[in-house]
Amino acid sequence: MRNALAIAGRELRAYFVSPIAYVVLTGFLLLGGWFFYNLLVRFSFLLQLYSSFQRSPEALDRLNLNEYVMAPLLHNLSIVLVILVPVITMRTFAEEKRTGTFELLFTSPLRVGEIVAGKFLGALTFLFLMIGLTAIFPAILLVYGNPEVGVILSGYLGLLLLGAAFVGIGLLTSSFTENQIIAAVSCLVALLLLYVIGWPAETSTPAVGAIVKYLSIVEHFGELVKGVIGTRDLVYFGSLIAVALFLTHRSVESLRWR
Amino acid sequence: MIDVRHLTKRYGDLTAIHDVSFRVEKGEVLGFLGPNGAGKTTTMRIVTGFMPASDGTVTVDGFDVFTDSFEVRKRIGYLPENPPLYAEMTVERYLAFVGRIKGLGKGQIPEALERALETCGLTEVRHRVTGNLSKGYRQRVGLAQALIHDPPVLVLDEPTIGLDPRQIIEIRTLIRELSGERTVILSTHILPEVSQICEKVVILSNGRVALEERMENLATGHGTLEEVFLRAIASEHGPEAAEAAVEEVAEPSAPPEPRP
Repeated sequence: MRNALAIAGRELRAYFVSPIAYVVLTGFLLLGGWFFYNLLVRFSFLLQLYSSFQRSPEALDRLNLNEYVMAPLLHNLSIVLVILVPVITMRTFAEEKRTGTFELLFTSPLRVGEIVAGKFLGALTFLFLMIGLTAIFPAILLVYGNPEVGVILSGYLGLLLLGAAFVGIGLLTSSFTENQIIAAVSCLVALLLLYVIGWPAETSTPAVGAIVKYLSIVEHFGELVKGVIGTRDLVYFGSLIAVALFLTHRSVESLRWR
Repeated sequence: MIDVRHLTKRYGDLTAIHDVSFRVEKGEVLGFLGPNGAGKTTTMRIVTGFMPASDGTVTVDGFDVFTDSFEVRKRIGYLPENPPLYAEMTVERYLAFVGRIKGLGKGQIPEALERALETCGLTEVRHRVTGNLSKGYRQRVGLAQALIHDPPVLVLDEPTIGLDPRQIIEIRTLIRELSGERTVILSTHILPEVSQICEKVVILSNGRVALEERMENLATGHGTLEEVFLRAIASEHGPEAAEAAVEEVAEPSAPPEPRP
């Protein structure tokens, strides 16, 4: 654990001395702000529109900040993570292999598990910081409106779990190559695939449909965003992270034998 | 201290080293010689536990490199061919990090750090980022990194390659000072380096041990080291290869071996 923390600390510092951290943070918050602003404007537009329909007050009741602002915001942010997480994780193993610092790690009394855990923790801390900074948006809603806090927290839990799974996959693709661009692109493709794998759910046979639907990450993320914290979804994210880290461990271990 | 027995390493069809055996006693400095591609780096990587051998055993201080890898890695300081530096870290921070992953406690690090900086003459550049240092300084940081946990065994892969003559002399002096109690394996293809620093020499040729001898025995009767090296290479490859190898040896600024 001590060793993993040492590696995580080094990893985290490396993000902030390179421009990567600043570019990624700025981009993420800029896009997040743009989404938030537009969702709010749309919400207030709908509010005025519905209030002018005197005959159907129930339409007005259905309009709420959770469903009309927070949910689409979290979904949009999850798509931005698809693009930005590969950038965060691409250097983790690829860079070490290219510069030869891997030789230092492998000849030090470190377990492969500690190396992988350290890298994961480092990238995860950065990701959590990134997501944490977007808490300004629901904070604004809480000050000026009355959204349901529980649903927002559940949605954020979903975003963190989704991000953690993305980071695991990013570490895996980075461990395959010493070229950062290849690591980033293959991670991006894998994440997009995980995103769209549910598309044939409606058109294929029920069995296949159920499988692809289960594999689709948006399906499970969507439940959490709605405020439903189900075991099924937590198990999905947990196993996705575990499988990605296990494969990364195997892949890093195998570098020795090549 | 280091006992290498019947070591073989194959990469697919290519046999990098074949049945390599030698011993280094405690406190000895071993010169590891051979033309480029003879298998020096491969052997060192196996000894340091970086990669496993296809066949054979290595024990360091009584511990087997394959079964007690952790114990061995704690006892070895290793300077690979390219110093394994994180370009974005300062010298101080980098050495502290290496100290931690080598198993030093938080309390031990400041002292170990000062000692390593002092020994390797890095005090002036301690706050500089390693990526901006000159080749000579980077090599010294590499040495400091190998020394930080005060290991009884040092494995140095071509520590003087690519340095200017003044830096070469400095690094050699440093290695000589460091040797004392420590056991050192030093690979090089510069012959005078060996006669200056080493007590024992192993010549590797085409993946096999062509000669293992103590320096004082070489001095009596075998001729100069250069002649011994030539004969050792010649018996494996024929005289032409030997000529070529010597030209390479005589040229101190020969390009580094490409990394495998």
